[in-house]
Amino acid sequence: MMEKAYTRPRFLKRKTFHYCPGCGHSIVHRLLCELFDEMNIQDKAIGIPPPGCSVFAYDYLDVDMVESAHGRGAAVATGIKRAYPQAVVFTYQGDGDLAAIGTAETIHAANRGERITAIFINNAVYGMTGGQMAPTTLLTQKTTTTPYGRDDRIEGHPIRMSEIVALTRGSVYIERTAVNSPVNIRKTKKAIRRAFETQIEDLGFSLVEILSPCPTNWKMNPMESWQWVDSVMIQEFPLGVIKDTVRTTDAD
Amino acid sequence: MAKVLMNGNSAIGEAAIRAGCQCYFGYPITPQNELTEYMAANLSRRQGCSFVQAESEVSAINMVYGASVAGVRTMTSSSSPGISLKQEGISYLSACELPAVIVNMSRGGPGLGSISAAQSDYFQATRGGGHGDYRNIVLAPSSVQELADFTHSAFSLAEEYHMPVIVLGDGMLGQMVEPVEFKHEVPNELPVREDALRGANSRASRIVKTFTSKPVELEEINWSLFRRYQLIKKKETVCETFMVDDAQLIVAAFGIAARIAKGAIKTARSNGLKVGLLRPISLWPFPSQVVQELAKKTKQFLVFEMNMGQMMEDVQLALEGNGQVSFYGRPGGVIPTPSEFLRVITRYYYQKGLK
Repeated sequence: MMEKAYTRPRFLKRKTFHYCPGCGHSIVHRLLCELFDEMNIQDKAIGIPPPGCSVFAYDYLDVDMVESAHGRGAAVATGIKRAYPQAVVFTYQGDGDLAAIGTAETIHAANRGERITAIFINNAVYGMTGGQMAPTTLLTQKTTTTPYGRDDRIEGHPIRMSEIVALTRGSVYIERTAVNSPVNIRKTKKAIRRAFETQIEDLGFSLVEILSPCPTNWKMNPMESWQWVDSVMIQEFPLGVIKDTVRTTDAD
Repeated sequence: MAKVLMNGNSAIGEAAIRAGCQCYFGYPITPQNELTEYMAANLSRRQGCSFVQAESEVSAINMVYGASVAGVRTMTSSSSPGISLKQEGISYLSACELPAVIVNMSRGGPGLGSISAAQSDYFQATRGGGHGDYRNIVLAPSSVQELADFTHSAFSLAEEYHMPVIVLGDGMLGQMVEPVEFKHEVPNELPVREDALRGANSRASRIVKTFTSKPVELEEINWSLFRRYQLIKKKETVCETFMVDDAQLIVAAFGIAARIAKGAIKTARSNGLKVGLLRPISLWPFPSQVVQELAKKTKQFLVFEMNMGQMMEDVQLALEGNGQVSFYGRPGGVIPTPSEFLRVITRYYYQKGLK
């Protein structure tokens, strides 16, 4: 008899994902649910999903969740954490949400050192609205609002939000990972664990930026999109620990 | 307790703390800064409480949203341009049926406007202000004592009806110093709502949301909100009437304008003019029935506001053509005097041939 190597996470609700094949959201959802269980925090976790494809995160994550206005996740999280500091509060935000419309909320929550965790899904595109340019869209990348490819003289450069947030003195732990390979998925889980630990240990603001494939809006098949993360995205958004003011050792 | 001398903005802060307000989120804007500063001085270091000077009014109202989700009594305050920025959050609070208190010490507009007192945010406050179909309870005080009293009742109303309540004052009320008595002590324990999100501890996980891909679900949410609004119209409509029994002319005014009008009406009475005052205290729900009752005795209504005639439309709607409505207003932050308004009343009274 073979040993059972993997099982459905306890706190992943029994509902079929609505995400497209090859999308990174379902992987990150699963990692979060595993960590709720392993870290024994399901009963104090409060999640804040954004408008966008992952607005339905509450259909899958079996924790308390509250919908946020576009970009306001860090402000809503601040309100919750200030009212009830015992909670483990995390936002789940896309690149448009965290790095465009919510830039101010994100930077100032980080600067105040709010004891919250931002899960930042960077897929270089606005997904649910149909593939418009994101602040993280790469140069020459074609989207529905950069039909000729992103030109830095007209549309500016892809923004490295994690590096910007790292400049705030209240941010404690920031790492960029990806979910395009088993190795990167394991590193992502480890990073989210550290981010939650940073919050639980009352150290300050934590953020994990996750490069995540969007095959539908990239107009690629899942395999191609995973490769594109490696060959293009990681060149612009290098992986690794960006800031860790507490631990001196690297993530791996 | 004995009366103390206090400016209006600070009185709101003290009343809020005594109402069990646990979290205050603000952003500086004149003429309401004394309130934000009062909360920084008196709430920020209080056990279990929190004060945040947010990076914007947009953030402040979304922090209120978060704190309300976590079940505590929470508020924000601002003045007209800042209240415009809060409309997004007020719409979300209304949609998610979350209690919150929002204070608007309004100033002249539109645009950056002036920092002087005005009443030009009546439409914004009573019509919803943000996107979607919703209403907020709107209370209009006209003294420092009422600022304190209405702030206290705003927290109770917000919690009872699961919705935002707006206290609509103005820059003059906020700045003026008057004796005020606080009728409640600070509660020993800060209240936490039963439906708070505090983690799925010995209960199933909860979701606070409105987004749905099924329009009929959202339609039902709208119906349910409006059923509650109907109940509020029945139970929470408040107004003051003054010398209306034999009045041939009814002056309708709210907030600080009503106080100015009252001074003018007292003098008009001593001059032999039969003038009375209708002062809506709840601007929404609007006391339409009282207007209709008054219209059985006189058809002459003079609406007086520090704007271009906003509440006037509610008076007209209430009358349904069954009365004559005139208007006198000073917009932009101009504060008229009782003697100025007395001249208006007197001229109008004789022009209409009233005896």
